Amino acid sequence: MVKQLTVISGKGGTGKTTITSSFAALAENAVIADCDVDAADMHLILHPDIFETNDFYGLKVASINKNMCVDCGKCATSCRFEAINRYNLIDVYKCEGCAVCEYVCPVNAISMVERKSGEYYCSHTRFGTLVHAKLGIGEEASGKLVSEVRRRASELAAEDGSDMILIDGPPGTGCAVIAAITGTDLVLVVTEPTISGIHDLERVIGVTRHFRIPVAVCINKCDINMSLSQKIYDHCKINGISVMGMLPYDRSPVAAMVEGKSVVEYSDNSLSSMIRSLWFEVSARLLK
Amino acid sequence: MKIAIASGKGGTGKTTVAVNLALALGNAQLLDCDVEEPNCNLFLGFDLEKQEDVTITVPEVDSEKCSLCGKCAEFCQYNAIAKLSSSIMLFPKLCHGCGGCVLVCPENAITEEKRSIGIIEKGTDEHFNIELLQGTLNIGEPMASPVIRQLQAHIDESTVAIVDSPPGTACPVIASVAEMDYCVLVTEPTPFGLNDLALMVDLVRQLDVQFGVVINRHGIGDARVEDYCRAERIPILMKIPNDREIAVLYSKGIPFVEQMPLWKENFRELYRYICKFISYQGGF
Ligand code: SF4
Ligand code: SF4
Repeated sequence: MVKQLTVISGKGGTGKTTITSSFAALAENAVIADCDVDAADMHLILHPDIFETNDFYGLKVASINKNMCVDCGKCATSCRFEAINRYNLIDVYKCEGCAVCEYVCPVNAISMVERKSGEYYCSHTRFGTLVHAKLGIGEEASGKLVSEVRRRASELAAEDGSDMILIDGPPGTGCAVIAAITGTDLVLVVTEPTISGIHDLERVIGVTRHFRIPVAVCINKCDINMSLSQKIYDHCKINGISVMGMLPYDRSPVAAMVEGKSVVEYSDNSLSSMIRSLWFEVSARLLK
Repeated sequence: MKIAIASGKGGTGKTTVAVNLALALGNAQLLDCDVEEPNCNLFLGFDLEKQEDVTITVPEVDSEKCSLCGKCAEFCQYNAIAKLSSSIMLFPKLCHGCGGCVLVCPENAITEEKRSIGIIEKGTDEHFNIELLQGTLNIGEPMASPVIRQLQAHIDESTVAIVDSPPGTACPVIASVAEMDYCVLVTEPTPFGLNDLALMVDLVRQLDVQFGVVINRHGIGDARVEDYCRAERIPILMKIPNDREIAVLYSKGIPFVEQMPLWKENFRELYRYICKFISYQGGF
């Protein structure tokens, strides 16, 4: 059985990708999936060599044939997303592709057209296969693209005989996160001891609970505020969530990033060895 | 005057800039449009009062009238309706509330009811003289954009509105940045920061919104963000140093302009620059 691990952070900037890229370096036989599709960063560390490019079609958009349009305005009044203005022009950013206008148009001047909303790629990297994506600007269907990336990653994992899929998840609590965590075997939340870190941690744990997915926590930069770290630790303990790592603040992640390397490759410092033991614990829990 | 504060990735200091700018200016509205993770009030601690629920309409099927023709399920673009052998099954979370199923049902068996997906709250404070409007998406709900749109309906055009946008470049960001007069992009001087900044620059250019950059944690990483801004002729509005005092205040949830008066002046200067820039462009 292929196991799936999703690393998320709720709030960005806690060091999620730093940790996931190190996990990617340490994993022996994993397919890596960058599901932070609207701000993908993994490629900056993994330097992918793309061997397959796929077009991603999200929702369709309405298109009005001006030659047939009789200016009745029915489409504009029926559209609940205010995507059609009084000149019967469609705002592609607002259109949610519901097809109501196509249905109400008395002269069939409107058709729903496929629109490329992004691309996803399969690549070779020094750590194994990476599936990653680029969502078009302002696109609606980020959850759908996350699902596509995960689907392709599962196929490749089956082909390669991998035992794990390592997923770098998106921020927030909405559709993209939900798509990145549903059906995974473990969600690791990377947080930091700041007021906003705690707040977002609570919300994101709420989401994992809502969908009944096992969750564990890693407190990064724990020494920037020890008392808040302790608070997070206690809070997790009371709620039966295991805190698998407490990592100190260190300059090496940024330095490693500047060189395009993961922390565990860049340095043998104490942070690096703590990330190794974190990985040991996480993978043991997953593969047991 | 409506100013969005945005960034391609989270954690770059977007909320910090939004809150400190609003406090430095006073007499302003602050809208927390990061509805998946609203954080502004962690730094303000206002008593929030609920204004309203954010609802979307979802269908309800009257099984007495339904003839199981399946037209609604066929029509729905979001797979929110499925026809089973003896009933119609609804998946309210997938529904976008377009109303299409109601239109296509030949038996008039579908009505719509409201479903709450989030809330809008408001808080004011005499001392700070700002008004905070916060949207929160309910846990487990996928769609952020309706909450953002409803929150933005509260913008008071006669004052300064500072909008804390959600991270990323997907639909919720468009919903919060599209109708702004100016957009401040917050980034960090690291390769990730640069990568995400470039995505945001594409986005604001496509939306045709004027913009400038604030570099946070200046001093970590490398000079590539500044080189990029220079090459692209993007104004760098402010550099916030990677300062221990600022980081400690942040972790405790204290806006740093409150403790460091010089920064209050810096944020005011940033605002004056934006005003000048916009009037020069003929916008105001
Ligand atoms: S498809 Fe739906 S959202 Fe798009 S323009 Fe037509 S009615 Fe509006
Ligand atoms: S209102 Fe639109 S999205 Fe919702 S179920 Fe009906 S057809 Fe589908």
